[in-house]
This record gives sequence, C-alpha cells and structure tokens, in this order.
Amino acid sequence: MSQLNITINENKLTVSPGSTILDAAKAVGVHIPTLCHDPRLKPYGACRVCLVEVEGARAPMPACATKVTDGMVVSTDTEKIHRLRKTVVELLISDHPLECVTCEQCGDCGLQDLAYRYGLNKSRYIGERHPLREQGDDPFIQRNLDKCILCGRCVRICDEVESAFAIDFTYRGFQVQVGTDYGTSLKNTSCEFCGQCISSCPVGALIEKPRLNKGRTWETKKTLTICPYCGTGCTLELQTIGDKIVNVAAPLDKGVNRGNLCVKGRFGYQFVNSNDRLKTPLIKKNGKFVEATWSEAISLIAKKFNGIKSAHGADALAGFSSAKCTNEENYLFQKFMRAAVGTNNVDHCARLCHASTVAGLARAFGSGAMTNSIDDFAKAKAILVIGSNTTEAHPIIGINILQAVRNNGAKLIVIDPRKIKLTQFADIWMAQRPGSDVAVINGIMNIILKEGWYDQKFIEERTEDFDELKKILDAYTPEKVAEISGVSPEDLRRAADIYANSGASSIVFSMGITQHSTGTDNVLSLANLAMMTGNVGREGTGVNPLRGQNNVQGACDMGSLPNVCCGYQKVGDDGVQAKFQAAWGVELPKTPGLTVVEILNSAAKGGVKGLYVMGENPMLSDPDSQHVEEALEKLEFLVVQDIFMTETAVFADVILPGLTFAERDGTFTNTERRVQRIRRAINPMGNAREDWRIISDVATAMGYPMHYESADEILAEINSVTPSYACITTARISDSGF
Amino acid sequence: MTENNCSCEENNSKNEQLTMDILAKYSGKKGSLMPILQEVQTIFGYLPQTILKKISAETKMPMSRIYGVATFYSQFRLQPVGKNIIRVCHGTACHVAGSENITLALESKLDVEDGQTTADNQFTLESVACLGCCSLAPVVMVNKHTYGSLTPDKTKKLIKKYEQKEN
Ligand code: SF4
Ligand code: SF4
Ligand code: SF4
Ligand code: FES
Ligand code: FES
Repeated sequence: MSQLNITINENKLTVSPGSTILDAAKAVGVHIPTLCHDPRLKPYGACRVCLVEVEGARAPMPACATKVTDGMVVSTDTEKIHRLRKTVVELLISDHPLECVTCEQCGDCGLQDLAYRYGLNKSRYIGERHPLREQGDDPFIQRNLDKCILCGRCVRICDEVESAFAIDFTYRGFQVQVGTDYGTSLKNTSCEFCGQCISSCPVGALIEKPRLNKGRTWETKKTLTICPYCGTGCTLELQTIGDKIVNVAAPLDKGVNRGNLCVKGRFGYQFVNSNDRLKTPLIKKNGKFVEATWSEAISLIAKKFNGIKSAHGADALAGFSSAKCTNEENYLFQKFMRAAVGTNNVDHCARLCHASTVAGLARAFGSGAMTNSIDDFAKAKAILVIGSNTTEAHPIIGINILQAVRNNGAKLIVIDPRKIKLTQFADIWMAQRPGSDVAVINGIMNIILKEGWYDQKFIEERTEDFDELKKILDAYTPEKVAEISGVSPEDLRRAADIYANSGASSIVFSMGITQHSTGTDNVLSLANLAMMTGNVGREGTGVNPLRGQNNVQGACDMGSLPNVCCGYQKVGDDGVQAKFQAAWGVELPKTPGLTVVEILNSAAKGGVKGLYVMGENPMLSDPDSQHVEEALEKLEFLVVQDIFMTETAVFADVILPGLTFAERDGTFTNTERRVQRIRRAINPMGNAREDWRIISDVATAMGYPMHYESADEILAEINSVTPSYACITTARISDSGF
Repeated sequence: MTENNCSCEENNSKNEQLTMDILAKYSGKKGSLMPILQEVQTIFGYLPQTILKKISAETKMPMSRIYGVATFYSQFRLQPVGKNIIRVCHGTACHVAGSENITLALESKLDVEDGQTTADNQFTLESVACLGCCSLAPVVMVNKHTYGSLTPDKTKKLIKKYEQKEN
C-alpha cells in the first residue's frame, strides 16, 4: 500500500498506512497530550484529551485512535480543541485529590501536566467525590484508587501485554473502580508483580512501593543499563539519588523490552545497596576472616598461586569465570588463566546449563545460539516450546510469545511435563514423561516423514545425511512413542501437522531439555526437526535456545571455556595458538583444560590445588553440594571474588569484593546475541573494585603485567582478537546494542 | 441445627452438580458468562465465591473479569440473601416522605449497611426504586407484603414482628 499524505498544523508529511494521527504528530514534533494511550496497548480512545480537529469531520476525533487517511488535514491547536480539553481535565480533577505536594508521581503525571497547562487548580464542577478508599495489602504495589482516572491502562496492560488478568473494572457507575476479584490483595490473584500496570498508569494511582518517599523524578539521576537477571537483556533505567537506587523503569522506545519489565528487573535491585555486601578484601587467618588491604590480599594470592604453579605445574590451578560478569571481565579472566597462570582450566556455569546447546547447535548449524531474534517471534505462525517455562524464566520473551499467539493467531505447542502458564494458551500441550524428549521429537518427525510434510528442496540443498535420520525415525511410530512418553498419538499427529505446515514455525527451548544426560541429543533432534521442514533461515522460524543468565552468551563468546578462546577459536589449533601468543606475548598452554565438573572432581582427588572463583557459587549451582564441599575443603588455596559472602565464599582463603552491575561499565550479550552496554550509575560500595581491575592487579602481581584504564580499553582488545566482536565498539552499540 | 447441617451438605453437593451441568451446557460457547451467572444465581440465590472460582476454572475466564461482570449488573448478588428481604422504597414520593430515615433506622436496628444481610442470615436490607404505591409513601416491602405510611419507629416495630415470627 502506498504512503498517505497528511497535514498537521501546516506541517505536511507522509506516513505509512495504519499510522494514527498521534503517530504522525509525533513524527513532526507536534505534541498532543494523552492519558489513556500507551504505545504498548491497542488504541482505546477513552479519555478524550487527545481530541483534534479533522477537516470535513463532524466532530473532533481522538488522535490516539484515529487512523490517518490520505489527504487528511488536522489541527491540534485551535480554540475549540483547547476548550474541549480543558473541560475534560476539569471533569477529571473534580473528583481528584490534587495532593501533588505529597504525590510520588508529581513531575511525571499526565493529569498534573494538563492541569498545569490549563491553569486549573480547582474544578468548576462540584459533585460527589470518591472518598479515600481502603488500600489493599499488596506486595510491591501501592494502589491509591482515589487518584485513579479510570483510563484502563493498568487493566489493559495486565491483559493485553502481560496476559495475567489480575485486575479489571469492577462495579458500575460512580462506584466503578479498578480492582481484583472480591477486592482481595493482589497476592491472592494471578498477579505476577511485574509492575507493568504501574509503568502504564499516567497518574499517581499505582506506585512502586520500594520507591515511596525516596525522591521525586526530577531529583533522580537516570542511567540506561541492562538488567542483570536473565538472558533476555532488557534495557533498564536506573533512577538514583547519590549512591542509592530509588527506582527502576524502562524507556518505551529502547531495547528488546520497549518499556516492559518483569518483577525481577523492576523490583529486584535491593541487593545493590544491601548492607550485606562485601566491602573490603578478607583473608582467612586461623579459620576466621580478617579485613585486609588490597595489596595484602593480592600479593598473598600471587605468592600462593605462583607457589602452587612452581611446585605442581600450572594445571594444578583452575578458575571459574562468571555468566553474571561483563564480556570485558570474562575476556580478561580467561586471558588471566591462559596467559598469566598458564592453564586452560577455565570454565563457568554454562557447562551445566547450555553446554549441550552450544555443542548440539554448533554441530548442526556451526554456531550455538539463537538462529532468530526475539522480535522475530511476532512473525512466527507456530511456536513450539519445549523445556522452557518462558513466562517465569524469561518473562519478557514469554510476553512476546503470548502476544504472537493472542494477537497474531500463532499456534502454540507446549511440550512440558508441568502445567505452566504457557499451557493455558497452548493449542496442544503434551505432558511427556521426564526424559522422553528425544522420543517425542522423533515421533513428530516420524509422522512428518510418513505424511510427506517435509521440505524436500530444503533438505536437498541445505542438509546432509537425511537418509541416516530416516532410518532412525522408522522405529519411532506414534504408538511406540506414546508408550515411551505417555503422549497420545493424536496429539503427536496434531503437533506434527501444525509444526510442519504452518508456513513459519519457531522452536524455543531451554534448560528443561538441555540439563539431561541426553541434552546434546535433545538439541540435535530439535535442529533436525527444524531442518527437515525447512524451518530455518527465514523470518519467524529457527531453533532458539533461551540462555539463562544475563551474560552467559557473552561468557561463552569470550572463551571462558576450557577448549576455546574468545570467539570459539580452538585451543591447540596452530593458527589460533600463534595468534594469541603474538597478541598476549607469552607461550600458551596447548591442551584443552578441565570443565567445571572435572575441576571439582580433580580438586577432590588433590589434582587441582588452587582455584579462583569469580562471581560463581558452585556450592549452590553445581550438582551434589556434598561433593563440592569436599573438593573446596581439599584445595590448598581458594580465592573467591564476589559481591556477597556466598556459600562458596565461606570456604575461601581470600575473598575479594567485586561490583554489582550498577557500579560498573562494560557489555553484556543477551540470548539473541545483542551486545549491549551497561553503565555505571553509582559509585562502588566501600572498598570494592571492578572485577577487571582486580584480575589485572592479580595478573600483574603474578608477573604478567596487565594494565587497563577502562572497560572500553578491554573491549578494544576484544575487538582485535575476536572476529565475531571485531567491530562492536561502545560508540556503535550505545543506543540499541548489536 | 445438626440435622439441618446434614441436609445442607447434601444440598450443597446437589447444587454443585447442578452448577457443573450448567457449565457443561455452555461449554465452548462464546459469550455465555451472563446466562451461566444467571442460572447459577437461581440455584444458590446468589453467586458464591467458590462457585465463581469453579466457573473461572472451567471457562478459563479470569476471576477478575467474572467479578467485574458480576458487580456491573445489579441483578447479581454476591452475598447470600437472608430469610426475609426488606426492600425500602427510595422512589421520588418515598424519598420526599423520608425514606432516607427509614433506611437509617433499619441499618442501626439490624446492624447492617444497605445491601447487606444480617449475621444471623435473617434479614437482607435493600433499597429499591418506586414500588408502585406512592400514595402510601414511605413504603417498605418485607418479602411479599407491602407496608405504607411508615415512620422509622413504626418500621422498627414491624421488623420486630418478623423477628418474633422466627422464634
Ligand atoms: S503487577 Fe503485573 S500482573 Fe500484577 S496487576 Fe500489575 S500488570 Fe497485572
Ligand atoms: S490505576 Fe492508573 S492506569 Fe489504572 S485506570 Fe486508574 S489511572 Fe488508569
Ligand atoms: S525478562 Fe529478564 S532481562 Fe527482562 S527484566 Fe525480567 S529478568 Fe530482567
Ligand atoms: S489518549 Fe486518546 S482518548 Fe485517551
Ligand atoms: S416512590 Fe415509593 S412507592 Fe413510589
């Protein structure tokens, strides 16, 4: 369809079909006030403050809900419009407490702005007013219903975006109020405490509880950064006063989340300013931790590590890097282990979550990551989710999936033994017996094969060894699969039909299938399913692992792995070896190192004697904590670098206090491989330091000088040795990430 | 009372079965929340919370929405009704003749607010629009009987009679 011409207050422009008058006005910088509008929601047109005059129209039209037609002539600034708007505002404030002096929303309130604009501090309309209504006892959210203007944004975002349906309009007429069923606390409802309703509310009716009385919007410094929780990598706006975070929001026009956040990202920041943080280095003396200076701690580590190295060789030392730390720190940590210590014994928790993904997808496609982007789910016609409780573990991706299903009619197949939120929206939910994933996938492929629903052309042009796969699939008849998995042949058939014939099917998976002894096979089966139906390499298709931690993708990309350096360049490969020896100026170890599990096994047997743990907590995250404890006890020397006294840190000989995401600069890589900047919002707490600075100092003390002035400088070095990160500079990713 | 309890339980399970039948009848049909609520109310006399939860689970309609609908329409009751329903007319004639004071008197006598039911389940107090016998204003209807030309005191006495009937 061709572009449409529109004139707004003498400004002429063209817009694409589907744009509203409000969109067009924004494009030419004409401000139209809104109250019930939120770009995340469907047009609603209830509050009438966005009325504009349209030439030839009988009555003024709501700009937020009126689509542009060709040749439209719009005026937003007429006397009539201002009169109408003023009346609307007067009606609203006739039943509004106008207690802006103490209101948290003051300075950021749609109603206050309008009242200010029209000089209104009382209303001409005097009528019954709502009394101060009783507030529910809700965690996280303060509801001030006397300030509610009934714009419905909270109800709609809870429904349209969050699919949580916790609140709705209740009662009738003057009594109408936004509420829960029976007026109960949100904690007894389906509320997920995402705070999306707060983020949409244009007035002070919904407020984040942790923010109460901490400061008004104009007092806060606002820093854009990335959420430290899951691999979705949402953009956060940290609002700080001094060195305290007082609130978290998300800009509507940025990042993967575009204004949306989940409970973790929005409310989970209290740890940053927690008094339990480690604030100074600690050295264990006679079984007790004693405060130490940085130079004491670092020279002790250098002495012990060098001692172990000269007595038992570099491979008696090992390090755990961290999927919570930045790319810069991960790069530096593996460089430290390889160049300064001289061992490839470096790994991190990805070993336990998605190593099978990396291995399986690298074998199938050459690279172990999502084949499609998060935005791409909107284009899928069918989505198959297996082993992922997406709405809980990756809530914002969960939102994307549910919107594709509810708004675009994408079919949803959920394969999961548990009844999770996604199953409520699924066309098919197959509750397989735990461990029978491969059988179910093979069963689906068996049906696709028998029915001829596979993509012959794709198979011929892009794949190898299809005949081998066929042979394996023969055995997996629906009846046999039903016997193994408990999934009925009818469901398998329907799933196969939907997946193979939708036109664009996407697979989403996560730790539910990777953390099995057959994890790699599970992943390979999914890749086979996608390839045999040609569901790879197009919009809305693909095989998409959702990575757990905020930077687990980056930690892998940076080579915090025993067999590869940054950019998955193989340890021991002559070219790679030569390249890194030239870049780092030392002889490097040639044999791949030990994995997380092997390092602990070896430590338990006395092989590995010294361990450096940066930002990991193997006592909690590794299987068999008894065994982990034995291994840690057996070590001659354990260094733990963290922000809290963790279950692992208590076993340490030296503890080094690192920084939280809010206190440092660097980059995180999200699950779709978008490299995004995190920015320092507050000063380091106490004596704690950037992790990269600590690593550099330890390396230098050990006799391998490392000097960096900033995270940027480390990124420049990453650019120079990592082909997949070659052009990713902070300047280029500042706004949207790569 | 004990025997009563017994039959109550029987009644309950019978009523629940009836609810399930209603839900089965409308299963899969769009826009059927209104008739479901209406039919359920004829069984129970009101919409019990447990039953609304059941409806929500069966129809996959969120509780918040069902509650929104149930509170939007005046035909639905969320509280059980008492044995006797007292309807105080607040139509124009009755209003002028002082129905406001009658409601106030009843509220204090029965210790309930307008629209509520007494703790012992004996009385439900309601306000209604014109009952059609304005010449007798102010008018109160108790169950099927209409009483006119009332004063707050007369009304209290009237209610006493119903209390005595109980005992
Ligand atoms: S916090 Fe989220 S789930 Fe709860 S009411 Fe608000 S939008 Fe709905
Ligand atoms: S609480 Fe806020 S968002 Fe919800 S209806 Fe009221 S004013 Fe609108
Ligand atoms: S979805 Fe993940 S990245 Fe986004 S706010 Fe929640 S935890 Fe943070
Ligand atoms: S913003 Fe357009 S009608 Fe409310
Ligand atoms: S006004 Fe009360 S009976 Fe008509």
